[in-house]
Amino acid sequence: MTDPVLAVHGLTKSFGALTACDGVSLDLRPGEIHALIGPNGAGKSTLIKQIAGEIAPDAGTIHFLGRDVTDLDAAARARMGLGRSFQISAVIPEFTVLQNVILAQLGAEGRVFRFLRAALSDRRALGRARDQLERVRLAHRLADRASEISHGERRRLELAMALALRPRAFLLDEPMAGMGAEGVVDMTALLDSLRFEAPILLIEHDMDAVFALADRISVLVYGALIATGGVQEIKRNRAVQRAYLGEEEVA
Amino acid sequence: MKREPLVNAALFLSLPAVALWAVSTDEPFTITLATRTAILALAGVGLNIALGQGGLVSLGHAAFFGLGGYAMGVLASHAQTQTPILEWPVLIEGATSMPLIWLVAMAVSALAALGIGALSLRTSGVYFIMITLAFGQMLYYFAISWPAYGGEDGLSIHLRNSFPGLNTLDPIQFFGLCFVLLCAALLLSARLKRSPFGLALNAARQNPLRVRAVGVRPFSLRLTAFVISGVITGLAGALFADLNRFVSPSMLSWHTSGEIIVFVLLGGVGRLFGPVAGAGLYILLEQLLDGVSDYWQVFLGALLLTVVLIARGGLIGALAGSEVAHD
Repeated sequence: MTDPVLAVHGLTKSFGALTACDGVSLDLRPGEIHALIGPNGAGKSTLIKQIAGEIAPDAGTIHFLGRDVTDLDAAARARMGLGRSFQISAVIPEFTVLQNVILAQLGAEGRVFRFLRAALSDRRALGRARDQLERVRLAHRLADRASEISHGERRRLELAMALALRPRAFLLDEPMAGMGAEGVVDMTALLDSLRFEAPILLIEHDMDAVFALADRISVLVYGALIATGGVQEIKRNRAVQRAYLGEEEVA
Repeated sequence: MKREPLVNAALFLSLPAVALWAVSTDEPFTITLATRTAILALAGVGLNIALGQGGLVSLGHAAFFGLGGYAMGVLASHAQTQTPILEWPVLIEGATSMPLIWLVAMAVSALAALGIGALSLRTSGVYFIMITLAFGQMLYYFAISWPAYGGEDGLSIHLRNSFPGLNTLDPIQFFGLCFVLLCAALLLSARLKRSPFGLALNAARQNPLRVRAVGVRPFSLRLTAFVISGVITGLAGALFADLNRFVSPSMLSWHTSGEIIVFVLLGGVGRLFGPVAGAGLYILLEQLLDGVSDYWQVFLGALLLTVVLIARGGLIGALAGSEVAHD
């Protein structure tokens, strides 16, 4: 078996008396989509924030590309190629779509501390940004402000920004949240194509999308993983059925 | 949006126009006013990099303005009395050369901004405002209580410092010098705004979380911006002290910080030429209304309220439209 791109071991995080993350271990292998599901409040967001480096775990380790990144901050992990999208779209609202992608490129390449040349004058960078926007079908919107595009387009812009990092792994927090049925179908197709770019750790509530996309699924309940496995395996797992998928399906 | 460059150019050129008109009608006081406007605008251009581009509301920029002023005062007063500043371990003598004084003023401001920024930028919002204010006031009280350089009375310099090839005592020549420096700072500010650094700084103001997620630390961006900002304001302080041939603790007081913020607000936060418009309007009001009432700042207060409540874009916004230009 090939080495995992991302390996989380024994990750634990408490907020006071609440254990939001309880000894979680999981990994992300090359080429796969690994979905992380669980009821509201199961600690999915806490887990993904620790993996991204936004909050520090109380215990446990995170390895990315074979390196222990537990003590690195979010910016350092992003520069290593951890591409992130947020549960609530996080883009730069006053910037144009193109400026957002250029920002991601500059950040990823560590070229931010340049003071005199115009940021939008580098033709090669602009060309690459257009390609990335093409990938997420936003090229027609590149001159529009990020605050003026639709919700679904903003989600795709986040993906373009993650792509601009030349990611080695994607960390996507509910990319379909708040989308209509059509948007979900589009996004599912898009994510399906992204797995060839880099493996995806996907938090998602939309079960149709998860079952269509995921190679493996991990189920998080009250901060602890109760199961990890393939789609059929998870569908059949009794503990998962009880905790998550609803009793009616057991019958 | 296309009107903004025109408004900028008109406002900007009115400054040398007034100065030159004052030369032809032999009104040195008016030239001094134009010079003061240029210097205060320069201080505002400095603050605007932190405030407008970085969203950092510093209520401590008087620290840099005053340090620049004292850099000039200390160097020139030692040159005046022909006593060295330091004899051991190295001999440091006073100076009356403006380029040298500017370099010292900018270096001192940079160091101070690095120290103050490194500590205060760990906070944000109202805490940041209070900490920068506290640092400014610390320097203010230090200057008051330090007798070596005049304490509360400040320091007078008999002769304006020199610049190679110019007679700085000629008001219009000194104006020219200040105006050129203002131009340079505006050019730098404009380049900065469009550079990768400016883009990232502006992004960090809007969404620091996203900036981290693309591999950039907002703290480093803000600290760099704070230092550049402090350096420009420090240079303005050195010029201001030279204009008055006097430096006193009041340059360090929070009133001064407030005034610099007012220039930026009046002109329009984040507008390149905002501080020029703001400083110009401020001086104009001061001259026009001071004759009407001793309490002219009441009118200034009313105007400020209007700007904050109604015309967010300041003077430039009112003249050129509220849309901030973007590429």
